[in-house]
Amino acid sequence: MARSSEPEGRGPVADDAADVTDVSADPLRPSDHYDSAPARTPGDLGAGSADVVQPRLGLVGYLRFFWRQLTSMKTALFLLMLLAVAAIPGSLVPQRTSDPNGVVQYRAEHPDLFPVLDKLGVFDTYSSPWFSAVYLLLFISLIGCIVPRTKHHFDALRSRPPKTPARLSRLAGYRSVTLQTAGGDTDSALAPASAVERARAQLRRAGYRTQVFGDSVSAERGYLRETGNLVFHTALVGVLVTVGVGGGFGYTGQRVVVEGQTFTNALVSYDSFNPGRWFQDSQLSPFNLTLDRFTTTYEETNTDALGQPLDYTADVTATTQSGDTSEHEIKVNSPLSIGGSNVYLLGNGYAVDVTVTAPDGTAAFRDTVPFLPQNADLTSQGVIKVPDGLSDQIGMIGFFYPSAVETGDGSGILASSYPDLLNPVLSLNVYQGDLGLDAGVPQSVYSLTTDGMTEIAGASADQPALQLSPGDTVDLPDGLGTVTLSEVKRFASLDVHHDPSQLWVLLFAGLVFAGLLTALFVPRRRIWVKATETDGGVRLEYAGLARGEDPTLARAVRDIARTHLAGLGVPADVARDATSDDDPADDGPTGGGPAARGAGPSARPTGSTSNDPAPSTEAPGRAGRRI
Amino acid sequence: MTEDLANFSLVAVYSAMAIYTISFVAFALDLAKRSGDAQQAPAPSATATTGTGGAAVRGATRASSGASGGSTIVLDRAATSTTTVGPGVGRGDASSGRGTSGRRRGSAFERVATAMMVLGLLVHVSSVVTRGLAADRVPWANMFEFSLTGTAIIVAVYLVVGRFVDLSFLGAYVMGLNLVLLAIGSVNYYVEVVPLQPALQSAWLVIHVLVAILGTGFFAIAAGLSIAQLIQTKREQARLTGLRFMDTLPGADRLEDLAYRVALVGFVLWTFTLIAGAVWAERAWGRYWGWDTKEVWTFIIWVLYAGYIHARATRGWRGARSSWLSIIGFGAVLFNFGVVNVFFKGLHAYSGL
Ligand code: HEM
Repeated sequence: MARSSEPEGRGPVADDAADVTDVSADPLRPSDHYDSAPARTPGDLGAGSADVVQPRLGLVGYLRFFWRQLTSMKTALFLLMLLAVAAIPGSLVPQRTSDPNGVVQYRAEHPDLFPVLDKLGVFDTYSSPWFSAVYLLLFISLIGCIVPRTKHHFDALRSRPPKTPARLSRLAGYRSVTLQTAGGDTDSALAPASAVERARAQLRRAGYRTQVFGDSVSAERGYLRETGNLVFHTALVGVLVTVGVGGGFGYTGQRVVVEGQTFTNALVSYDSFNPGRWFQDSQLSPFNLTLDRFTTTYEETNTDALGQPLDYTADVTATTQSGDTSEHEIKVNSPLSIGGSNVYLLGNGYAVDVTVTAPDGTAAFRDTVPFLPQNADLTSQGVIKVPDGLSDQIGMIGFFYPSAVETGDGSGILASSYPDLLNPVLSLNVYQGDLGLDAGVPQSVYSLTTDGMTEIAGASADQPALQLSPGDTVDLPDGLGTVTLSEVKRFASLDVHHDPSQLWVLLFAGLVFAGLLTALFVPRRRIWVKATETDGGVRLEYAGLARGEDPTLARAVRDIARTHLAGLGVPADVARDATSDDDPADDGPTGGGPAARGAGPSARPTGSTSNDPAPSTEAPGRAGRRI
Repeated sequence: MTEDLANFSLVAVYSAMAIYTISFVAFALDLAKRSGDAQQAPAPSATATTGTGGAAVRGATRASSGASGGSTIVLDRAATSTTTVGPGVGRGDASSGRGTSGRRRGSAFERVATAMMVLGLLVHVSSVVTRGLAADRVPWANMFEFSLTGTAIIVAVYLVVGRFVDLSFLGAYVMGLNLVLLAIGSVNYYVEVVPLQPALQSAWLVIHVLVAILGTGFFAIAAGLSIAQLIQTKREQARLTGLRFMDTLPGADRLEDLAYRVALVGFVLWTFTLIAGAVWAERAWGRYWGWDTKEVWTFIIWVLYAGYIHARATRGWRGARSSWLSIIGFGAVLFNFGVVNVFFKGLHAYSGL
């Protein structure tokens, strides 16, 4: 039983781990995990694998080989890296899903590059075949990894701690303490069996699973670490599945609602609507929302932020199917939850109340037209189409300036200097001719095709653009009629979003996080306490073994030894000295062994123990006898 | 009032940078001195402590105690008093790395450097606080404020982690990184105090962004440790001579352990950032995930660090190879902040530039 000084480094524990421990209860790892036994053939994970490395594999053999490759750590690592790289292109070019206008602009700016990139699918990176292939392979690998590990872990949960290794001294945090009673009587508390039993009870209380093997107790804790790891990985699959499948049951719809207007949650009333794959009309819970008022607040005093929006509030009245009405506020960051859907406030702008009157006084057009904001000061653009009621079809491209100012170059061109309505002006370029509405091609309400038309008021016409303030009526050119701007209103752009899977995603994300915390910060370790009888006392040995990252193992062994010794009647300070190591925080920077420290008159130094701790060689004349 | 506070904040941050510069220089001198120390007392291995007499004696004591049978306690039941004897405990704790080298006694340079760092941090924190007071909200709502607060947190993380393990050799790295980031932040990203736009008015601004900054702090320290680990590995393989001061650093294995643990904390914080960000996005934009550029990069960083954690558990990747991933991961963090915010288009338009 030579106990020479420990070699430095992590060598002894790692190298000897195999000979001192039973690894069957350890978590199952892919064979190229650093902690797995290295000597095996590649891909060997157990039964029936000897034939796998043979050259003639047969189909099944190949499949099995392939499967093992796919579920190895290296493959997981490779696929993770590939996933990171594959995600990059989507951040470099605009995506159709999140920035469709950006894609259009990109096409205009890079006419040569665009078709190539588009073929590669980079404008839909995250639904492209190659991106999907990477994450699907990763998740197949993941599932192939989780399933056997989970099964193995279930078995391990029911297993007993492994046998105490023969040589504890080579393990982490090892310390030994010999207890002797004065006078050499046999103190029943110091009988090895009761000392072991006491240690077992103590370890048990501390959450260890224990098993007594003769003169020692073997204890293991931290199965939760592997549980956490499995929960983490499984919950990742859960997130993927709920995100992928769950979205198919929901829908999102956008609708612009002008103050005073009511929006009904039905397919026809949406400006745009994206149903999930399995969406059905009946899922739209019938409710009405009336936008009573839309209020904005802009910064007025801070000169560095004049006109910066501070708050948007939409006051709405909601009517549910049963006819109950209630009033609500919708704000950015504070959606309205109604009928199983959420209603978000995602944008706002101005809408103009315009009437076009024919020379005979009949109204050819009367509507509230939303204008789309073009910049931070809410210069807005919109289109008014008057197909009937006048002698000719006219279309008008309008610019609305909430706080109109001349640009200053004398050209009379306007701009908006502030987003609120300080000096509202509507400027209209008027076109006469064929609106092209009869061609059957659907047209956006926000754009005007001027191909078949002539500009009769505007920059390239004889007459300048029409300019109106609220309340104004101006004549159209050529005696076509008049235009009246009666009022300017606010509109809110609402997103209605229904996603029944969202809570599930959140649940799995929570499990991911909880599993991660458990997997990383619950230590998995084994502790052994061994008691051997000595002449008139007992020799106690304590040691631990980390199963995975465990920086505090040595300290844990020390604390267990201290508590155990205290339970055997050793005063706390003595126990502390006897078990302390060179930890500078513990016994000062000078280190060295604990000095003999008496605790009273009967405390006497008893000399050093012999180099060989075997009980049989304890000298009869050792100092302890004298007490 | 707002302007006074904001100006004070700016003065304070420049003062902090001046103090940090002193700290940086002192840390650099400390490293130079370490070279001298290492030369005077050639250590047998890189893991050994500096060549002070005390360490040698301790080593000898330990060796003999390792050969002993541990302590003996004699219990006097009648008097309930006790004696301990014996030269010490057998030590089997070779893997913890702790105590094998002990804590190096810092040089005067190092003490000055640390003191200056603490002082600098105090001034720096006063800058952060006054900026918050000036804006009447959390001081991390645009890139300037993010740099200001983030650098303070990197220093704080360094000092806190340094209370548990000796990180003095990273002081120059932390100070250097900090000075660069602060200089870029206050020169290139500076914006006057402006109120929060509606999308940012949320409790999630406090939580999501703060946790992201904290995670960044841990990643920064981990990357420094990984760089040190790489250098140390090269030296241990005798492929790199010079840099004598590296003799006074822990060995590559120990550095790897430290880097890994620090990065783990960062990873947990980053995971939270990702989840919290998704929750906030659902509140503010009506969808929890939309592959917005900033979301993409947060995801890429998360995957990179997951890869790092895996690499450390993969045979053939443990050691120097995996540490590259930690460094690349931190590179991506810096990229996400410095480049994605400014040059990439997306919903996260909060740079304020
Ligand atoms: C979606 C992809 C994956 C992600 C994001 C991921 C992430 C992680 C993270 C963060 C850890 C450390 C936390 C812990 O110990 O529980 C971990 C550990 C682990 N993962 Fe994965 N993982 C993924 C896929 C896989 C796959 C496909 C395998 C199977 C080959 C795998 C096997 C493992 C193993 C064995 C560990 C324990 C490592 C150790 O002992 O330290 N993972 N994974």
